Amino acid sequence: MSDIMTKSMARNVFYGGSLFFIAIFGVLNVHSHLYAANTAIDKAGLNESVAAGKHIWEKHACVNCHTILGEGAYFAPEVGNVMVRWGVQDDPAAATEALKSWMDAMPTGIEGRRQMPQFNLSDEEYQDLANFLIWTSKINTQGWPPNEAG
Amino acid sequence: MKYHTQRIAMAYFVTAMALFAVQVTMGLIMGWIYVSPNFLSELLPFNIARMLHSNSLIVWLLLGFFGSAYYMIPEEAEREIYSPKLAYLQLGILILGTAGVVVTYLFDLFQGNWLLGKQGREFLEQPTWVKIGITVAALIFLYNVTMTVLQGRKTAISNVLLLGLWALALLWLFAFYNPSNLVLDKQYWWWVVHLWVEGVWELIMASILAFLMLKLTGVDREVVEKWLYVIVATALFSGILGTGHHYYWIGLPAYWQWIGSIFSSFEIVPFFAMMSFAFVMVWKGRRDHPNKAALLWSLGCSVLAFFGGGVWGFLHTLHGVNYYTHGTQITAAHGHLAFYGAYVCLILAIITYAMPIMRNRDPYNQVLNMASFWLMSGGMLFMTFVLTFAGTIQTHLQRVEGNYYMDVQDALPLFYWMRFGAGVAVVLGAVLFIWSVMVPRREVVTAGPVQSHKDGHIEAAE
Repeated sequence: MSDIMTKSMARNVFYGGSLFFIAIFGVLNVHSHLYAANTAIDKAGLNESVAAGKHIWEKHACVNCHTILGEGAYFAPEVGNVMVRWGVQDDPAAATEALKSWMDAMPTGIEGRRQMPQFNLSDEEYQDLANFLIWTSKINTQGWPPNEAG
Repeated sequence: MKYHTQRIAMAYFVTAMALFAVQVTMGLIMGWIYVSPNFLSELLPFNIARMLHSNSLIVWLLLGFFGSAYYMIPEEAEREIYSPKLAYLQLGILILGTAGVVVTYLFDLFQGNWLLGKQGREFLEQPTWVKIGITVAALIFLYNVTMTVLQGRKTAISNVLLLGLWALALLWLFAFYNPSNLVLDKQYWWWVVHLWVEGVWELIMASILAFLMLKLTGVDREVVEKWLYVIVATALFSGILGTGHHYYWIGLPAYWQWIGSIFSSFEIVPFFAMMSFAFVMVWKGRRDHPNKAALLWSLGCSVLAFFGGGVWGFLHTLHGVNYYTHGTQITAAHGHLAFYGAYVCLILAIITYAMPIMRNRDPYNQVLNMASFWLMSGGMLFMTFVLTFAGTIQTHLQRVEGNYYMDVQDALPLFYWMRFGAGVAVVLGAVLFIWSVMVPRREVVTAGPVQSHKDGHIEAAE
């Protein structure tokens, strides 16, 4: 390699090239940010209840068992499309009810089944969490997941 | 040890190994929960165990990076560390934060509190006060090592190392940004996660590896440092836009499918270059360094990083493939071998190299240490294989056939049993490693002759 390139050439290529790619990355991220803030989501639907639902999702560390849009732990089902899978994404009241009856029954204690903890959510919290999951299922994810199994 | 402040590294390495033990223990518990799901289900639910598993990994690797820097910088800069007191203060802050994290997670203290309670974004679950502590510790560290380097000799190794560590701290700041728009949250979450492990951490990795090669093989610094710049150039050229492979399905524009596929395909290049570099240096080198275990870990690191990060990463990085494999056990397989090969082996290599020197004695115990390499690496490879098979079946049944998640999981226990077995090997290997570094005071096997002749006389190796 000594014939092709000196150390200072290699250094300059590293610094120059990295700055070049950082610049492209920056420009693309500005565009992506605007796209994420306006186009990809239900912008009008991003209300306080959805934000509160996201906080409930976070404070109970749900992502360390479930995936959301494919990211998280692989111990429990995908939730990005759970309201679609349950057939309730157009009916917030039914979604809240379905979520509540499911989570109230946890943990099942059935031998040999994975156990979901009991989080003791209030009715309002169930509603916020359901709204967050409905809002999430409307994100334009370029057609992912391939089917409603998630 | 030429500079006595290099000993600061010892405190960092010992703390790192303690957390390493916590990490693999938690991993084993989770492996058991997979095959016996009622185990500890109320006392230590899976999500809490997983936070402890992933967070202790991240913290002990960071401690390993900081320790490596404190060991390497004095030799590179030909100066004592600017302020040993600050270095120990930094360690104290990190230990306090770690203890706080463990207690907060285990007892779910201050639930939902912005400052004191755990936060629920994957890998960034630390309470805000701990995040601030990490930031303060990082600033103390950067001030300390930057002052040392500024007053001393500037080499490519310390340049790249410092650049990596500065960028690490800078990107960490995005951990504080958590908008209620999930898509924006994810977009910048990856700036910490991806740009760390597939970006700036590779700079740190390459410079530590370069330092080890310099010491272990005795190859000329000019040659080593030129390789270093070429390696880190390929890492950033591919890795920065390679971020796109995480942007396929989370609500970001479709062009990331092409940008991500093309650039992340090249992420294998820096790993191939590091592997080639390590082996070429060993072949070219004329030094017969007595610490064979450190050499084994260094070479093992470059090979397993190539397979775990490079090959297993490429396996599911193209968007046409990732559409089906995204968020399955395939990801888990890749994650385990990549982290183990690239970062775990790296830190264990420099610990193996530096500990005997810091304790001012010969490198004991080489045989046990090398056995731990094969046990741990064998276990981790087997784990990767079985999770890859589990992930392949999961992808087909769930993503192609459309069967429900839990029905598919019920088809996979065989693989989870084998993964648990692999986990046992990894834990035994980790215990053996810590034992071999910390405890023995002599070599178990005396270095033998290479040839023994019929007349009874023995002849040493050349």
